Amino acid sequence: MRIKPGITDKMARIGFNSMAFFTVGILVVIISIICIKGVSHVNLEFIFTSPEDMGRHGGIFPSIMGTVLLALLSIVFATPLGLGTAIFLTEYTKESTFTKIIRFGVESLAGIPSIIYGLFGFIFFVIKLGMGWSLLSGVLTMTIMILPTIIRTSEEAIKAVPRNLRIVSYSLGATRWETVTKIVLTAATPGILTGIMLSVGRVVGETAAVIFTMGSSLRLPTSLMDSGRTMAVHFYILAREGISMEKAYATALILVLSITIINILAYYIMNKVVSKYS
Amino acid sequence: MAFNKEKFIKYILTVFALSSLFFLFLIFAFILIEGLPLFLKVGFKNIIFGFKWAPTKGSFGIFPMIVSSFLVTFGALIVGGPLGLSCAVYLAEYSGKRMKMLLKPALELLAGIPSVVYGFLGVIYIVPLVRNYLGGSGFSLISTSVILGVMILPTIISISFDAIMSVPRTYREGSLAMGATKWQTIYKVVIPSARSGIMAGFILGMGRAIGETMAVIMIAGNALKIPTSLLDPLRTLTGNIALELAYATGDHRLGLFSTGVVLLVIIMALNYIANFGIKKKRLK
Repeated sequence: MRIKPGITDKMARIGFNSMAFFTVGILVVIISIICIKGVSHVNLEFIFTSPEDMGRHGGIFPSIMGTVLLALLSIVFATPLGLGTAIFLTEYTKESTFTKIIRFGVESLAGIPSIIYGLFGFIFFVIKLGMGWSLLSGVLTMTIMILPTIIRTSEEAIKAVPRNLRIVSYSLGATRWETVTKIVLTAATPGILTGIMLSVGRVVGETAAVIFTMGSSLRLPTSLMDSGRTMAVHFYILAREGISMEKAYATALILVLSITIINILAYYIMNKVVSKYS
Repeated sequence: MAFNKEKFIKYILTVFALSSLFFLFLIFAFILIEGLPLFLKVGFKNIIFGFKWAPTKGSFGIFPMIVSSFLVTFGALIVGGPLGLSCAVYLAEYSGKRMKMLLKPALELLAGIPSVVYGFLGVIYIVPLVRNYLGGSGFSLISTSVILGVMILPTIISISFDAIMSVPRTYREGSLAMGATKWQTIYKVVIPSARSGIMAGFILGMGRAIGETMAVIMIAGNALKIPTSLLDPLRTLTGNIALELAYATGDHRLGLFSTGVVLLVIIMALNYIANFGIKKKRLK
């Protein structure tokens, strides 16, 4: 018997609806599990004290600071490089073989998995350059890893700035650099910020590349040459070695919460830009 | 004035732009410098097609890991592919504007959850589920595939969504005007037109799955055999590197870099194929 097209159409609608809600359901379940299991173990003491007995007791303050330091310093290095590249690609050159080669480089970097970054950072920064397991090795590895994200989002943001603004600037006698810094970058700032936020989110959640470059020392790093531990690494060690499920859930909650807030902010900024220019 | 500021700025920006290429070169150079000597010493065949990984005893066979990496990747595609594509179709064709505004960011959040968290939840919930209802230890091909399938959803959804959205409206209108239902339009007109973009999404999803590390070492069981059933544990290329890098020395460490070389080659090939698909679509 042939099923009527009207019925298959209805079935398809129901099917697609349920698949989409199933997917969103996965997200809701993941976030709720972490919130419910973690929330009772999170308090100010957990956030502001140091771990004791490998993390069985106490808090996660050093790993929060480790995460903040790693993310901030990576951004400090990657933003000028990435933004410079984006400005070069959009404002200072025409599409040519040269830009194609640069774009190929950026795309390829974006596709490399984090364990390869870990492997590279380990052999190059930690061993060959003798930096050891240190904040600096971690920062330099993360800088390379987030560079493609910053380049792409900055490029998109710069491209979205209307041409008219540039034309007016040039007609007033501004040089190219003046136009870029005073007009284009001002207008593109929110988009660029989105890229930076997304990169911060990536660094905060990264484990494989961090553990082999920054190491996993439980102490608060006080210099660039100190090893340290990010929240993601701390969480991994707590969970993997079965040190403490309660502390693991609590760490996961803070980790996921911070990434979620960062990403929502990034998305919010981007939406504002999109609605401004379209 | 001899000093030309504009020229100087352009010069600096060119150097910045070249940095990405330079880093890419550095990464390749150092992985190859460390990874290739062992290929020459032990023999290409003995590494790629060798079955035995005993790096302290001079055996560096990674064939089971190559097979395992591909198995979990295909498993992830089987789990995440249909789900992701349906979501993309729903977002592009069925959902209202407000729903879209809500769902798109929600899916971005799914992409932001760190892989260690996926791995942890896999160990706590999926592994016991498999152990209790299907048997085995639970650390298995099927558990890994499920978790990786969820992890690649955001990639598949966002790229398939873009591909479906870029199908011209006139195609849909033509089909609907001929009396086709919405469903017929979707699977006979929209999806075939968006095929290359959807394929690209799937391939990039494969790239993510094959490169995923932390979640995999937590749930795969890391056994050094080719799995013969869905319930067998396995070890992937990424897992091999992550598990042993911290303590490996000498030839053992070189062996891990050889593993990295193989992984890098596979990933670059997948990315190249995917980009080719996306570019072809843009040209059309």
